[in-house]
Amino acid sequence: MYAPFQLDIPTDLNGALAALANGGGETVLPIAGGTNLIVDIRAKRERPDRMVGLGEVDELLGMEFGAEHISLGGRTTVSDLLRSPEIAREAPSLIEAARLFGGLMVRNTGTVAGNIASGSPAADLVPPLLVLDAELTLASESGTRTLALDDYYLGYKQDARRPDELITRIAWPRLPENSANTFYKLARRKGDAITVTGVAVALSVADGTCTRARIALASVAPIVLRAKQAEAALEGRALTPALIAEAAEAAAETCTPIDDIRASAGYRRHTVEALTRRLVTQAWNRLA
Amino acid sequence: MPETRTITLRINGREEDGRFPAHRTLLEALRHLGHMEVKCGCEKGDCGACAVLLDGMAVDSCLTLAWMAAGKEVTTVSGLGDLDSPHPLQRAFADGGAAQCGYCIPGIIIAAKAIIDDNPEPSEDDIRLGLSGNLCRCTGYTKIFEAIADAADEMRAEGGAS
Repeated sequence: MYAPFQLDIPTDLNGALAALANGGGETVLPIAGGTNLIVDIRAKRERPDRMVGLGEVDELLGMEFGAEHISLGGRTTVSDLLRSPEIAREAPSLIEAARLFGGLMVRNTGTVAGNIASGSPAADLVPPLLVLDAELTLASESGTRTLALDDYYLGYKQDARRPDELITRIAWPRLPENSANTFYKLARRKGDAITVTGVAVALSVADGTCTRARIALASVAPIVLRAKQAEAALEGRALTPALIAEAAEAAAETCTPIDDIRASAGYRRHTVEALTRRLVTQAWNRLA
Repeated sequence: MPETRTITLRINGREEDGRFPAHRTLLEALRHLGHMEVKCGCEKGDCGACAVLLDGMAVDSCLTLAWMAAGKEVTTVSGLGDLDSPHPLQRAFADGGAAQCGYCIPGIIIAAKAIIDDNPEPSEDDIRLGLSGNLCRCTGYTKIFEAIADAADEMRAEGGAS
């Protein structure tokens, strides 16, 4: 039915990295849940000669909750997030994105790393991870490097992962006391929908001042991106409605949306402003 | 020619061998082996008609490669019960008239089983969220939601037997 490919099923991480490294001119792709990749192969958007199935690479399983960091193994699924009370406590933004992610079967097999690596501007888990300052561990036969998620995307569906690399961990520092993080997915329906506008906000407050602000936007630019001017407008200040409105305008100016079948560019820009204002206001009111 | 491999799938408690190339999906393998109760819908992960339980977890068999299911326990809707001894979900769907053409129902019952396994007392919101990967183009969903809630009630009354 679709183009044939070879499939390796390594039983450990070294085997997986070796299989990815030894392409010999072939197109080799890692596959975990396959919820994007199989669809893309059917549609001939991807034409792998060989796939490397990660289903038996147990080093990629598991979440770690350290004193200072939280990290997810590369095979952590969207459903794994939803079953974790620790994630619910530390990253409600991620839970909100996971709840409305695809359908049940997609959530059960689709991985966080796969959502990141898809490079989609509508990848719902990416805005929450960006506002948490997530960092990726990329492993290959030639070594391991870490990269801020904020530096991962180079352009529309272009990322910094080399073909021989795997995202093996996704980690972020625990937020300080008196912090909040939230996500809102605007879509045409609640279930199994592609995001029209996604906004994630993380705010930390101390002594009546916003000490840290992060705002990330999905589906409104070629990549998921942070609204850094908006963040800068908030940090170091006691927030007022006028200041929040100014930041929301800055967020809307950061995005470069397009018209498509789901919404117009103008609607997207308008909703970036409205949602940023709403989420920052809610977080500030809760914390200050 | 691509390599083919004989794999053993454990389907509804019985081991079955099949020889497939690497790109064959679990959906194609199951139907090739005669399990026609597993339906092919969108092949994109949107409709859930092909849902099966893989080691107890609901997956879209159209997005799962057959080789990667080797050695795992596959449960289709036929593995839950049959006409002589239907599963409470199957009985609730029949009693409640929760199917029209029926094409989506094998996948919906699999998703419903996963919802109840996860939470024996699902709210309507839990049921709706759990069915967000299943499409029914006939009935609307009201009777489907009601049948799942009824089955969950019955399964709790039976003491959690499934």
